[in-house]
Amino acid sequence: MSQFYIFVKKECLHIWRDRRTLFILVWMPIVQIILYGFALTNEVKNSRIAILDQSKDDATTAISNEIAASRYFNLVKNLHSYRDIDATFKQGLIRMAIVFPRNFQYDLLHSNRAQVQIIADASDPNTANTLTNYATAIINDYQLSLNNNEQLPYTIKTQLRMLYNPELKGAYNFVPGVMALVLMLVCAMMTSMAIVKEKEMGTMEVILVSPLRPFWIIIAKTIPYLLVSVLNIACILLLSVFVLGVPITGNLGLLIWESVLFTVTSLSIGILISNGAKTQQAAMFTSMMSLFLPTLLFSGFLFPVENMPVALQVISNVVPAKWYYIIVKSVMIKGLGFFAVWKETLILVGMTLILLFISISKFKIRLA
Amino acid sequence: MIGEKVISAEKLTKRFGDFTAVDHITFDVVKGEIFGFLGANGAGKTTAMRMLCGLSLPTSGSAMVAGFDVYRQNELIKKNIGYMSQKFSLYEDLTIRENIRFYAGIYGLTDDKIKEKSNLLINRLNLAGQEKSLVRSLPLGWRQKLAFLIAIVHDPAIVFLDEPTGGVDPITRREFWELIYDASSKGITVFVTTHYMDEAEYCHRVSIMVDGRIDALDSPANLMKEYASSSMDGVFLQLARKALRMSD
Repeated sequence: MSQFYIFVKKECLHIWRDRRTLFILVWMPIVQIILYGFALTNEVKNSRIAILDQSKDDATTAISNEIAASRYFNLVKNLHSYRDIDATFKQGLIRMAIVFPRNFQYDLLHSNRAQVQIIADASDPNTANTLTNYATAIINDYQLSLNNNEQLPYTIKTQLRMLYNPELKGAYNFVPGVMALVLMLVCAMMTSMAIVKEKEMGTMEVILVSPLRPFWIIIAKTIPYLLVSVLNIACILLLSVFVLGVPITGNLGLLIWESVLFTVTSLSIGILISNGAKTQQAAMFTSMMSLFLPTLLFSGFLFPVENMPVALQVISNVVPAKWYYIIVKSVMIKGLGFFAVWKETLILVGMTLILLFISISKFKIRLA
Repeated sequence: MIGEKVISAEKLTKRFGDFTAVDHITFDVVKGEIFGFLGANGAGKTTAMRMLCGLSLPTSGSAMVAGFDVYRQNELIKKNIGYMSQKFSLYEDLTIRENIRFYAGIYGLTDDKIKEKSNLLINRLNLAGQEKSLVRSLPLGWRQKLAFLIAIVHDPAIVFLDEPTGGVDPITRREFWELIYDASSKGITVFVTTHYMDEAEYCHRVSIMVDGRIDALDSPANLMKEYASSSMDGVFLQLARKALRMSD
């Protein structure tokens, strides 16, 4: 098997000599994790709001103070008239405005009915929803505190518990997604390009005339990328634990084995792509179009698959990243064991075997 | 010519659908011979060569290469031949020594043998001191000579050369042919395709393929006599004009 070892060594030399690609291979996951973890967050924090207080009494002051003190809001402006609201929104200064009418406290205490208006910029519907919910919650809290001394006959109190991610951090969602994305790109794109490069250079022909069997040629070409992927997995996990504060609640060994399985799936896709592509550019383009976008769209990491039209949901089932994403979330975030993910694992194993079978048998046909 | 036959093809044929790329070719090549395999583009040279190298299965006919059958023993054939393609076939991003080590390694040479062969080869090409530079930095002529010596690094019975001197200047081509003669004198059979008719004259015997058939096979001197031409160029043109097939 020393011939095989010599081939793997040569392949590692290629990667090592091509410093620019190596740099991208190692840095891409790190940059992505940091970007997605910090910049692309969908958490609502410090949203800029304005308050139009036409009453200026104890009640409105108390509520305003509560809102201004909350970490969700940042009170940037006190408005003086209704016209200001529209103008301030148009300037893009605020995402939400709260309006207290005249005699707010008087109405509250004497007629038992007071109104407060919340106006939100719904050009971003999710954020608008979240903000109005937060504001409503703060106002309700204030109301409860008024009733503290009284015993209402019937009350329902909701108690919320956010499982697995009590702080509602976006990183819990992004880390598994980035892992799927990075492994897919590194393995599939890089291997397909590496194999096609030998075809382009003409070295593939010489190797095929050698006694080395095609099956081993393919395996030898993929092994270095498997190693790079393991390095990438380690980087991503270390970053997520120590920088983003996303803990690995499940079994680390299981997580790594599942990742290696997904890596092999991606490698076999890479081999399949290399069968069809004649140039490195073609291989890169095919990988980008057939892997990057589906992984981004259908893995469930940016958009929940359950909300898609049925046809797209069906399509999403053939995207390996979807299953891997579910596995990582279950194991890493929810701390579940193998029995919770055996089905997804089986699906990935099945996909990998089919892909490997097709790509290796096609590779042989090409020789005949 | 009398000698041990290392290649013998008998009515060897390859069809792709309706198209007969190689049409019942029959010939023998003996040990140590330099056999020129000529033909216009599209005449079927490459397909014939691929069958002999075990890269492609014949449709019909038979062939033995280095004593092994092309249908059943192509893995054994692969161990006993060397191959150099028309495309430049070394790794540009590896050093000279790494290229030698790789190709010698995949033919299963031991580490000691690889070291010995590498030193021999580097001295033969006067590349001592440069063995750690990337192949990318070598001039084309040197690369082709290096590629040839690497193709025979495992002392194969036969080496197949597919247009090995394409794009190389005449002086380097001369030097390249010296290497070929050298290999031939050591008993390595050389099977070479070329477009350069002056090179055809260097061969012991040449075959000329037209439309998938071998239309002429003899020593260059006899062929020139037979076709009443003063050069192989004239012989080739007379034969190639008969071609019905479009060249590509």
